[in-house]
Amino acid sequence: MGDYVRQMPDAGAFTRRPSVWQRVHIDLPLLVLLMLLTAYGLFILYSASGQEMGAVVRQGRYFLVAYLVMLVAAQFNPTTYRRWAPLGYLVGVAALLGVMFFGVGAKGAQRWLSLGGFRFQPSEIMKLMVPLTVAWYLADRSLPPAFRYVLVALAILALPAVLILLQPDLGTALLISSSGLFVLFLAGIGWRYIIGAVVLAIASAWPAWMFVLKDYQKQRILTLLNPESDKLGAGWNIIQSKTAIGSGGWPGKGWLNGTQSQLDFLPESHTDFIIAVLAEEFGLRGVLVLLGLYLLILLRGFWIGLRAQTTFGRLAAGSLTLTFFVYIFVNMGMVAGLLPVVGVPLPLVSAGGTSVVTLMLGFGVLMAVGTEKRTVANS
Amino acid sequence: MSRKPEVKKGRRRGAAARGVPVAPWRFYLVCGLILAAFTVLLGRVLSLQVLDTDRGREFLQGQGDARTVRTAEIPAYRGLITDRNGEPLAVSTPVVSLWANPQVLAQEKAGQIARLAQALNTTSAALGEKLHNYRNKQFMYLARHLVPSTAREVLALGVKGVRGEREYRRFYPAGEVAAQLVGMTNLDDQGISGMELAYDEWLRGVPGRKKIIKGLRGDVVREIGEVSSAQPGRDLQLSIDLRLQHHLHRELQRAVRISGAESGSVVTLDVHTGEVLAMANHPVYNPNARQEIRPGTTRNRAMTDVVEPGSTMKPLTLVAALESGRYTTQSMIDTSPGWIRVGGKTIPDPRNYGEITLGRVVEKSSQVGISKVALDLGHEPIWDVFARMGLGQVTGSGFPGESAGLLPNRPRWHLTEQVTLAYGYGLTATPLQIARAYSAFANGGLLRPVSMLAVGDELPHADRVMQPETAREIMSVLQAVTESDGTGTRARVPGHRVGGKTGTVHKVGSQGYEDNKYVALFAGVAPADDPRVVTVVVIHEPKGDAYGGGAAAAPVSARVNDGVLRLLDVAPRSGERFDVATLASGGAMQ
Repeated sequence: MGDYVRQMPDAGAFTRRPSVWQRVHIDLPLLVLLMLLTAYGLFILYSASGQEMGAVVRQGRYFLVAYLVMLVAAQFNPTTYRRWAPLGYLVGVAALLGVMFFGVGAKGAQRWLSLGGFRFQPSEIMKLMVPLTVAWYLADRSLPPAFRYVLVALAILALPAVLILLQPDLGTALLISSSGLFVLFLAGIGWRYIIGAVVLAIASAWPAWMFVLKDYQKQRILTLLNPESDKLGAGWNIIQSKTAIGSGGWPGKGWLNGTQSQLDFLPESHTDFIIAVLAEEFGLRGVLVLLGLYLLILLRGFWIGLRAQTTFGRLAAGSLTLTFFVYIFVNMGMVAGLLPVVGVPLPLVSAGGTSVVTLMLGFGVLMAVGTEKRTVANS
Repeated sequence: MSRKPEVKKGRRRGAAARGVPVAPWRFYLVCGLILAAFTVLLGRVLSLQVLDTDRGREFLQGQGDARTVRTAEIPAYRGLITDRNGEPLAVSTPVVSLWANPQVLAQEKAGQIARLAQALNTTSAALGEKLHNYRNKQFMYLARHLVPSTAREVLALGVKGVRGEREYRRFYPAGEVAAQLVGMTNLDDQGISGMELAYDEWLRGVPGRKKIIKGLRGDVVREIGEVSSAQPGRDLQLSIDLRLQHHLHRELQRAVRISGAESGSVVTLDVHTGEVLAMANHPVYNPNARQEIRPGTTRNRAMTDVVEPGSTMKPLTLVAALESGRYTTQSMIDTSPGWIRVGGKTIPDPRNYGEITLGRVVEKSSQVGISKVALDLGHEPIWDVFARMGLGQVTGSGFPGESAGLLPNRPRWHLTEQVTLAYGYGLTATPLQIARAYSAFANGGLLRPVSMLAVGDELPHADRVMQPETAREIMSVLQAVTESDGTGTRARVPGHRVGGKTGTVHKVGSQGYEDNKYVALFAGVAPADDPRVVTVVVIHEPKGDAYGGGAAAAPVSARVNDGVLRLLDVAPRSGERFDVATLASGGAMQ
């Protein structure tokens, strides 16, 4: 446990000439997996959007932009990200403040900034900036970080998290907090911090319930515990999605044949609840394929993190991958009735532009880290 | 965790050379946690989808189906009603009924609603009012039984909430000609009268059931399969001959128009099979125009309305007389002085016939003569014959609303009642019952149940109600009625021998018998020498002088039988002398 020296099982990698893929900064396995996932996602989306080709084309266009963003992002040296992360972070915080004062809203929450007809969600970009900035901060410290550095890192992630919480957008706030915390965790903070945090979280549950959580958020948690209490109101989503999943069975009802999804019973079927469509129409088989793809992507992400050349790269890759995982877990947990309903899309499958671009940007950073030139010579 | 020696800021190049200071085990731990989390998710999905926990797959599948899968009825094709030769009398044609979900339709744009109203031949205001009335409902008909092409045009407007439903509409090719007999169905294709009602179950078939899927708002309908296919109803072949039916209808309408009668019925029975070959009534209605049907026109009067049969019962009394053994048709009866007092009432003949044979009593329809016979016989044998010949009982046709008539058996019979029974008062019968009774004379004394359906080769069981000789003797008397100087001479048919008996009855009003309102009857058998049909004509309230059975009903019988025999291909007797006088008198009716 005490040895930070990495055992290189494949010492030859240092001497081997960089491959074509490495030179164009593309992590081929990751790219293939992502393409499989997005293609699968479009398939499901066609069904989930009520067989509307327009929605699929629109999402396809988002994907196109997102892939381009990813490929461009992959070209930069991780050092560049390290250098620019703090600035991006500050801009992001400024934008979040802007949202507070000039933002436009939907469904009672104020989340968007409108810039010349183009609406975007600053909180999205923070999903990337927070882990990068925390990684930037900690990468320059000795690890594991001392207590005061931990406090500073917590402050870095807490500022945007609180701003987003005020929008209010609990899901994104949690996502961003957890991405920053992952960096801390991967940076090797001591177990006493972790245990302390868990104790604190449990202890704060009651005050949070009493003073922080809004009524609709409490309602969601109550609904999770007993969806039948309000079948037509708060419980509707979860009951319908459970029904959709359960009625799919092992083989599923067949593409475009899901009754829950096609006949408007399932709300938000093309966004947050899209996996219920998948589960209904493709059955457990389809869910297994999706989970398999996700798992492979995650493993590839961690593999990149493990092999990263720098602490920043390692922290960034690890936390971005973990954030991706949190997306998956929160979304699926929510749809399957394990977690309260929070607005977290199923990554790269749910319809939506910003989240796709942000995620792909994250994968671009991952690829940048993964294809960084081996620095054996520099050592 | 061993501490790495402190290095100055930005000095991680050295660190990188020895590996980055992040413990790989944390990555492995994270990977392990992720796998665990995936396992939890998978376990959750597995329990919902595959494992049958108490609220697992089966429950949820049931829930899913319960939301969307409905069964709907597939309308069954209603069987055809045809006449005995296969001519259609009632057919079903596919139509489309349009309905709407008012709650959905109400949200449609005003322009669309206006277009819908126009397509439905109504005004926006009327449609709007209907929408308002149905605002709390989920269903309302917009138009029923539209021609499919019209319905398609309306549906093509794409108005929200408007849907079409396939149905069948009943169409009656014969129209008013066989209206009361065939009956009709209501909008929902259920028989409500006539044979449509009597054989509703037979005709109806079994509606199929199909599974459909409905969306959250009840407006997305997709068929996912047939649970059971619709069994078309069976066809029904009536005993009616449409050609004869047309003929009877035409003749009755003509007779009613000429005599100014209130109503009337004609029925023609096949004497050998008991089948009703035709049955016409006045007034009539058009079953294809429901809105215009007036009440009172729908009754099949020949079976539902009773009359006092009057003198048409005299041949039945004659049967009783012959069976008593005390009389033959040649027995002499003294009808002088042209009237008789019975129980304080005077019963007159039109004139004094003097001493005549019993046969002549019937031919001349002498009240005095038949009264004397009745007084001699007593009421019992007469009542017995009447009952034996089906009076006071339903004919077995199974027609809905058929009347059994009334043949009262009294605990004490007054003398008056005894004699009036003999000449057909104090009992009631339908025209069909009279025809059936007469068919026994024509059929050698065998009485069959009446059938409205083609009986084919299997004749229903017949009861012997009199000896064949008796029937033969009655037939010769009936034939004599229309010949020589009987009361029914105007029932004669050129080229054929016919027999029959007239009847003229005072109508019963609120104050007892009406003085100047009559029912004219004629019950006839044709041809008399080889009987094929019995035809009974009943004319209610003929106006003018020609009110009696001989004047108002017998000529109708003549024209009817003339056509019926021709249509049945009955060859005229060779060498028969055409009685110009008969033709002239028949013509005088016009």
